[in-house]
Amino acid sequence: MTESVAIAERLSASSKQCLGVRGLSKYFGDFAANRDVTLSVDAGEIHALLGENGAGKSTLVKMIYGILKPDTGSMELLAKPYSPDSPSDAKHSGVGMVFQHFAVFDALTVLENIALGLEGRFPDEILAAEIAEVCDRYRLHVELNRRVHDLGAGERQRVEIIRVLMQDPRLLILDEPTSVLTPQETEQLFTTLDRLSDEGRSIIYISHKLDEVRALCDRATLMRAGQVVDVVDPRQESTRSLGEKMIGERLTETKRSKVSSAEKKKARLTVRVGDVYPESTRNVVLNDVYLSVAPGSILGISGVSGNGQDTLFDLLSGELILPNPDSIVLDGEPIAHLGVEKRRFLGLLGAPENRLGHAAIPELTLWENVILTARHTRGILKNDHLISGTSAKAFADEVIKTFDVRTPSLNAKASSLSGGNLQKFLIGRELLGQPKVFVVSNPTWGVDAKAQLFIHQMLMKMADEGASVILISQDIDELLSVTDRICAICHGRLSRTFPTDEMTPEHLGALMLGQEIDS
Amino acid sequence: MIFVEARAVTRWYHEWIAVLIALILTVATASALLASLGLDPVSSLHRIFIRPLNSVYGVSELLAKATPLITIGVALALGFRAGVWNIGAEGQLVMGGLCGGAVALAFWGVDGFWVMPLILLGGTLGGLVWGAIPAFLKVRFNANEILVSLMLTYVAILMLSVMVHGPLRDPAGFNFPESRLFHDAATLPKLFSAGRGHLGFVFALMFAVLGTWVVKRWHLGFEMRVTGLSPTAAKFAGYSRDRTVWMALLIGGAVSGFAGVVEVTGNIGQLVPNISPSYGFTAIIVAFLARLHPLAVIPAGLLVALSYLAGEAAQLSLGIPAASTQVFQGLLLFFLLGTSLLVNYRIRFGRIG
Repeated sequence: MTESVAIAERLSASSKQCLGVRGLSKYFGDFAANRDVTLSVDAGEIHALLGENGAGKSTLVKMIYGILKPDTGSMELLAKPYSPDSPSDAKHSGVGMVFQHFAVFDALTVLENIALGLEGRFPDEILAAEIAEVCDRYRLHVELNRRVHDLGAGERQRVEIIRVLMQDPRLLILDEPTSVLTPQETEQLFTTLDRLSDEGRSIIYISHKLDEVRALCDRATLMRAGQVVDVVDPRQESTRSLGEKMIGERLTETKRSKVSSAEKKKARLTVRVGDVYPESTRNVVLNDVYLSVAPGSILGISGVSGNGQDTLFDLLSGELILPNPDSIVLDGEPIAHLGVEKRRFLGLLGAPENRLGHAAIPELTLWENVILTARHTRGILKNDHLISGTSAKAFADEVIKTFDVRTPSLNAKASSLSGGNLQKFLIGRELLGQPKVFVVSNPTWGVDAKAQLFIHQMLMKMADEGASVILISQDIDELLSVTDRICAICHGRLSRTFPTDEMTPEHLGALMLGQEIDS
Repeated sequence: MIFVEARAVTRWYHEWIAVLIALILTVATASALLASLGLDPVSSLHRIFIRPLNSVYGVSELLAKATPLITIGVALALGFRAGVWNIGAEGQLVMGGLCGGAVALAFWGVDGFWVMPLILLGGTLGGLVWGAIPAFLKVRFNANEILVSLMLTYVAILMLSVMVHGPLRDPAGFNFPESRLFHDAATLPKLFSAGRGHLGFVFALMFAVLGTWVVKRWHLGFEMRVTGLSPTAAKFAGYSRDRTVWMALLIGGAVSGFAGVVEVTGNIGQLVPNISPSYGFTAIIVAFLARLHPLAVIPAGLLVALSYLAGEAAQLSLGIPAASTQVFQGLLLFFLLGTSLLVNYRIRFGRIG
């Protein structure tokens, strides 16, 4: 009697539950990447997995997708025990995953790429018809005969999603799917996801964008330091309360303190140039670049990745030089023909997007990395030839102490620091050089929320002390909260510049897509 | 299943453990080869590797062989750190020997303290010019320095051959393709009463110390290393790739040229068609054996020099061809490159996860 009740209960529970994870742990050496994690995803539910970088979200989904094997714990999929040995095992059981970094072949067409992801299928008309049907059902528009290298990030992601949907998954895992999308593309993706959930498919949605999670998800599991700290209904939470639960302490609001208009003097840095051709053909050609930035102000340049940001950074930093000196003017002095080192002498400093391999060298220690850009300060270089290790170490030590860089020592290799700590070190390295103009690209990419806040404060402090800051970023929230003026780059073309106060996310999204707006 | 995983932490001694494993594997493989020839590995190895060092003569010979290997090894280590692959040190050595030797012959019979420095300078400049050619072609036309420097080696060897068969041939030498013997003022002093060890070995040690200083303290060494590690970061730091290419090849050329002139004035004492048993190529092995650390080039050079002596000993006492030297050196380089994987990766046996 009691037994039959239990079975009925379990059946009703299992018909509702898609994935159940119980007591999952995963250790790497002594480090617990996941400890006793419990997760339950219902059928048709969009379930957010929220947490900072390093909170253990990736480890958890890798175990669900069969890439990693859990050390302890068990999983259940559709009321059956589930322990995938490999991703292909997971696929056969009905689990699909869309990765943050797309695994598509550039030289092949969309159809060929999709066929490659399906065992025993060929890129023929039968497959094309099936794909067309799926695309139609989920409003995923993509041309099957185009080559992938012609596609933008949003379209590539659609290719990945179609590929996964062709396997008719019961559970779909999406890892930070909107990090490469414009607001409009994000809207489209959400429509597709809603439709999938209406059909009873479950979705695990990994993100650290709290607004999105609140708009899209039914439930959210919050992770911190490898453990589940809470399961909440994100619609009942504010962005702020979610954020606090995620990082476990109270966030102080960042908002740009208004610089009085009297402070705003004439432009410190002006760029005015026609076409700019990058050295590498992989980078985007710039057309008609015009921008100017005043002392004490922060100019934001928004845009979807791959629209010419790299070329623009190189143009400003001096890694790309132009024949006509007047194309870039700093404090009345033409500098477009000067290289990196000479521009640095004039007070133009920067921090490129790629921290390891561009801003810093992963194999070198922190103090050796100081020599890269700060060697002409504080006697690090004696007589132009000899390196003073003592001075470089003192400099590194000052950066570490001033900007709260968490590192075992200044002899640690750059690659051993977390993204946030390395970024604090790299921006701090330039900040101590008292820049007149500071150019920075995606400073908070892959950085945890606390470090993000700290970095924003560093940039604002720099501007408050009179520097001109140019912030190239894909993060709309960041741009709207940190900058004074804002413009967008699309296909190598800069939009007009607008005061940030007058800007809404929708306007900014339109600018990022290359549409001009009136204001 | 076997897995290769990136190490979370790499420590300085990992690279020396890798070197040690390479040495052990080399000796093990050499033993197996000896055994397959029906020889007792232990006594054979003793006979070819230990016995040659049992006399002052043997040690002196060892130093003579190690001199060019260490000198060139230091310069190549600097260049390889910068990611500039100068494979033509052999040609630069030959050019140095040829030019220095030509200066010695031009001042034949002239005494004076300035004769020797002039000869050394001539040889250094010869190597420098030979290194400048691939540097220019690389910077100007992006020509691959590996190919250019390698091909120039054969040009240099043929040029030496032409010269000793023609203009530099000893007039009283019965038409043998050899120059006159250099006179005393054009010859480097010997270090011992026996064997061919000469003052050049002291120069080699000085180069190793100087090289270490350049790597550790000189901005130039840092700049070259950074360019080799990450060209993009080097550019952001304001370092010029062209400058690094020039410096690496000019240093490599000049030092190899110096090694060449030291070899002819210290060891051979005249110009002959064949002045080097591939020291310039073997120095590549030496540089990697030392993991590109200039100071470590000294033991590495001595060890590889021993393989030359061992080859001779093998021929004399075991009746194995002297080419066994190259087999031994080839095994060593092969295992060195193979085990260098272990510096940044570790091997794990087991299941996924």
